[in-house]
Amino acid sequence: MTEPDIWDERVAGAIAALRQRLTGDYEVDEFGFDKHLTDSVFLPLLRPLYRNWFRTEVVGAENIPTEGGALVVANHSGTIPLDAVMLAVGVHEAAQRYLRLLGADLLFRMPVLSELARKGGGTLACNPDAERLMRAGDLVGVFPEGFKGVGKPFADRYKLQRFGRGGFVSAALRTGVPIIPVAIVGAEESWPVLAKVTALRAFGAPYLPIPASPVPLPVRYHLRYGPPLRFAGGPDAAADPTAVAIAAREARTALEQLLDGACAARDGVFR
Amino acid sequence: MSDGTPARKRRAAPAKSPGSGRATRRSKPSPQAARPAVVVVTGVGRYLGARVAARLAGDPAVGRVIGVDSAPPSPELARDLGGVELRESQLRTGELLKLFGTADVTAVAHLAVATSPDPQRGGRAAMKESNVIGTMQLLAACQQAPRLRKLVVRSSTAAYGASFRDPAVFTEDTEPRDVPRGGFARDVLDIEGYVRGFCRRRPDVAATVLRFAPFIGQQAETRLSRYFSMSVVPTVLGRDPRLQFVHVDDALEVLHRAIVEDHPGTFNVAGRGVLTLNQAIRRAGRVAAPTLEPGLSGVAAFAKRSGMVDFSLDQLDLFVHGRVVDTDALVREFGFEPRTSAEAFDEFVRAQNPGPLRPQRLREAEKLILEQIRRARAALESSSSDD
Repeated sequence: MTEPDIWDERVAGAIAALRQRLTGDYEVDEFGFDKHLTDSVFLPLLRPLYRNWFRTEVVGAENIPTEGGALVVANHSGTIPLDAVMLAVGVHEAAQRYLRLLGADLLFRMPVLSELARKGGGTLACNPDAERLMRAGDLVGVFPEGFKGVGKPFADRYKLQRFGRGGFVSAALRTGVPIIPVAIVGAEESWPVLAKVTALRAFGAPYLPIPASPVPLPVRYHLRYGPPLRFAGGPDAAADPTAVAIAAREARTALEQLLDGACAARDGVFR
Repeated sequence: MSDGTPARKRRAAPAKSPGSGRATRRSKPSPQAARPAVVVVTGVGRYLGARVAARLAGDPAVGRVIGVDSAPPSPELARDLGGVELRESQLRTGELLKLFGTADVTAVAHLAVATSPDPQRGGRAAMKESNVIGTMQLLAACQQAPRLRKLVVRSSTAAYGASFRDPAVFTEDTEPRDVPRGGFARDVLDIEGYVRGFCRRRPDVAATVLRFAPFIGQQAETRLSRYFSMSVVPTVLGRDPRLQFVHVDDALEVLHRAIVEDHPGTFNVAGRGVLTLNQAIRRAGRVAAPTLEPGLSGVAAFAKRSGMVDFSLDQLDLFVHGRVVDTDALVREFGFEPRTSAEAFDEFVRAQNPGPLRPQRLREAEKLILEQIRRARAALESSSSDD
């Protein structure tokens, strides 16, 4: 056998990875991000979904900075926040960087999901965490619509809901990183909400969404990255409500334009 | 924690630039250098207090070391306490005042802070009594010690609590979202509150509050080391909390520097980096036994009643949500970097009896499995090429 035995390499690699898991021979960062698990399990599992099921089309990938901190701001939709996961896969495909997603506290209350979120690079949506990550030069992903976006009715698709209180903008201003708006189109049609069960409020969940189909429909995903928005003023501006509001409006307008452009550009939801 | 930045006082002119910290081991001669320092160490009956007192006694910059505890140190600990004047006493203002009056005390290291109730010493009620009331009485005595210039207090990162609404990394000025439900954590908050009050009344005393992560090390037997020595380790199902440790030797180093040097303020003391609970269990070669959270509370309560293991509620919250602190302030101010959490834990593991799933065995198993697969493939290939 003169040519390298790919099959043998794969088997050896898989067994070695398993042994590393079993002996705890891997590193976890202070937020709980497990690069080893993300590279060897999460990304390989999610890539087929991104490439083959949603056949994601990307515009403006060059807008993702190749290094340094940045805040990626996207619209949110789709019953179960699959769009967030797809965005993280998309950023890794396009720039080989890990998108550190900010999640609601509800997510971190729940067992299993909270740990999956942390191991995949997520952390609680709060300014100390976001700023710490961006100062360390990480890409942070945020969905200012939050639950309002995930549970919006089908008729309101691609209309931005409440856009947070500008906390994410002040974090970007304070750390001096650019904001990169991203429109995610396709997620709204892939898993529309049929009904919301609110009887579960007692358990701490805002509602239980009933999706219209058992699996997400194989619509085509479109990710459209906008040019980085940089704001003057720096750390001082972060404490100024007017400056924060202006920057938030600018980010919102940029995201709305991207959304409109991406929606207009596609012909047919599935094609 | 009513006001955000406890006991933090920065000197107007920093004595040394942050970068050169590692080089300056001893601070420049302080005003007390003319008369040698007299240090009172509380809690010398336990490992940490005894080690700190023994090291201080060996330091030429320290004149006298007086060790106070309600119980005498074990013979093993007492061996190293040759240079320490031992006083068997509860922390009571009256008795301490007598001591402070006769000894001209210049520094107090308050280490008599129990992390868990000791059934032999009266359980939780006695623990709270000694932690909270003891600190109160000690500080009342300190207030009337005219030559006192330094107070070092052992605190804990438990002060931050642990909840899903907390940021991932606590800095010294993070306030806990929820009042911690564990007894020890509440004691710690009370103690830090008293220290803040004391600092307002005696601004001439430089107070250092050290918030330690859980201790781990080769010799010191801690609650945590007992936990990780079980062959089957109970964990919370669906949770893999981020943990930090500090090596006992590094904790001793930081305490010593805090006493002989000048580092006022509140500092987190932990090893950089993180191990998750499952990762730590795997590194120790043990087997995790995931338990449902309500079930674990019951197990904890039962174990506590039967006196098998003490497993308190703050411990439980820690094992659900984890706790990570930022140590930049410590490294900058002390010019000392404790070994990382992973290094500290690995040193502890090496000193232990290895668990059933030790890395060596798994590495051998890996080799064996790979060889089997290769042999099977080779056999398959040769049989197919025969056709």
